Amino acid sequence: MSGLVFESIVKKFGEFTAVHETSLTIPQGKFVCLLGPSGCGKTTLLRMIAGLEAATAGRILLDGDDVTRIPTHKRDFGMVFQNLALFPHLTVGENIAYPLRIRGVSKSDCLAAVKRLLDLVQLPDMAGRPVSKLSGGQKQRVAIARALALEPKLFLLDEPLSALDAKLRESMQIELKQLQQKLGITTIVVTHDQREAMTMADLVVVMSQGKVHQVAPPVEIYRKPKDAFVADFIGSTNLISGRISGSGKLAVPGGTLLADDLPATGDVTLSVRPENIRVTAGSGDNTPGCLAGEVSYIRDLGASIEMYLSVAGQQITAITTPSDRPDIAAGDAVSVHFPKDACVVLGDA
Amino acid sequence: MKIKPRTFSDYATIGFPAGMLMVFFVIPFGIMIAVSFFQRVQGAFYEPAFVFDNYARFLTSFFGGILGFSIGLAALVAVVSVLLAFPFTYILTRMTRRTQVVWLVFLLSVLSLSEVLIGFGWSTLLSRTAGISNLLVALGVLDKPMSLSPSFGAVMTGMVYQTFPYTVLVLFPALSRLDPSLVEVARTLGSGPVRSFLNVVVPALRNSIVSTLIMVFVFALGCYLLPQLLGKPSHWTLSVLITDQAIYQSNMPFAAAMAVFLVLVSLSLVAISLLYGKKENAA
Repeated sequence: MSGLVFESIVKKFGEFTAVHETSLTIPQGKFVCLLGPSGCGKTTLLRMIAGLEAATAGRILLDGDDVTRIPTHKRDFGMVFQNLALFPHLTVGENIAYPLRIRGVSKSDCLAAVKRLLDLVQLPDMAGRPVSKLSGGQKQRVAIARALALEPKLFLLDEPLSALDAKLRESMQIELKQLQQKLGITTIVVTHDQREAMTMADLVVVMSQGKVHQVAPPVEIYRKPKDAFVADFIGSTNLISGRISGSGKLAVPGGTLLADDLPATGDVTLSVRPENIRVTAGSGDNTPGCLAGEVSYIRDLGASIEMYLSVAGQQITAITTPSDRPDIAAGDAVSVHFPKDACVVLGDA
Repeated sequence: MKIKPRTFSDYATIGFPAGMLMVFFVIPFGIMIAVSFFQRVQGAFYEPAFVFDNYARFLTSFFGGILGFSIGLAALVAVVSVLLAFPFTYILTRMTRRTQVVWLVFLLSVLSLSEVLIGFGWSTLLSRTAGISNLLVALGVLDKPMSLSPSFGAVMTGMVYQTFPYTVLVLFPALSRLDPSLVEVARTLGSGPVRSFLNVVVPALRNSIVSTLIMVFVFALGCYLLPQLLGKPSHWTLSVLITDQAIYQSNMPFAAAMAVFLVLVSLSLVAISLLYGKKENAA
């Protein structure tokens, strides 16, 4: 099958297991983000794709071919490192032409390729510059151009934008995504920034402690998190635990909530995003899906309003827009509405 | 921002090192320069004068040849040392901390050996009776044991052995600071291990290599025991002759003149290579 496939990949460093047994398929032409907190094994996974780390067990297949034992320099994957690793002794043009030059590509072909790549990353006429004279964003583009010089099957980036300031990072994210769409190249980016992953990815792989938690498109990751880790790591959420009390009904402290896909019996945890919770003034009728609460604190940020509520002793956060703001103040009794489709049942982490 | 020193107390901090340099370097060197213009008195020592005889004396093909040999030998020792030590140090910096410490302690202990010990050690090792040629005979490489010393090879071996630990220790900080992702990126771009080393590691550390070459060169230029212990008279360097003149012939003025000349030559060589390096950097 086409694409990149991990078959039961394991990576251990001595006693420490960096990546637990993982099987994963990355379809061809997709933009994939490996997302997780630092030390979750995402960089190790990327380095195994590049061949910079040897897998302890398992296989990596690219378009059906086993690449697990192929040395890095024969894989022909383009990679951008976190610190970019531009060759300090070479100019911009020489850096980009390096992979071509060592393959014996003629000087004129190299020059043409450098020009084409520099145009691609929007740095025309920079070929003669020493890399030390470039700004952070320019270095970034040169590193990308160099990694793409071989027209690789896979484009790997390890936290490529972490050195840039926030504003530049956002515009580079969009640019990188557009570049990937233009080239149609399978791209795998390691990041710990969920906004970055949401901006760029077709597919997000959420990892923690060497395990893959969920693989899904960004919106699905946000709307239908599979477990508490994913729900909490991607955006902010309210986690509410309860016990099944009937078909589609869940007994929680302070009342009953409704949810889809509830198991028949047992204890479950719900994730409810703050922006899906509706708050109205006055204590409610206590119907299923509505709980009585009290306002502890209101934080008005202008564009959005965060309401910190106490519901049966548990803290619940709700977010609303200025136009929907209920007429409430700290200490008021309120009704807190949990729409059925906003209550997502989480699996075991 | 640079703050210029203004008051006397601002300058006082450099007083101590300046004083040390004055007492232990500038004054002795000044005396040596002065002596190089003095006149030798046969049967006695020397008397103050201002003559150029001492300098004129070695403007002959004999001393010119020795100067050329000394510089050539020192340069060759420097090149061989760096050629051996650079890959060695590179591999060492990729080892575990523990291995590094063991090797560095070993190299430091070699450093503690004096030139005399190294010289006699190698002359024994290279001798016919007790040397490594016996080992080669046992292995069937040679028919009968032979003496490998005195010879040019023996001088080279001894001097490289002496300079190798210095070279490693000077290269070590630069190589361990080298960003490992530079080599990794070269590998992802299609360079095998050897090519990555030659294409990336060596050029990225060009300045360290040049300064190490200069250091080993200057160090080797001052070697005066090993050429005598391991070489034939034709392998004697200017430093050997200076020692000979100063100690055995008691011709201090001539020895001083040769020493001044040697210092000038090595300084100008260092200056040339630094100038060349600077031009390379600016380009």
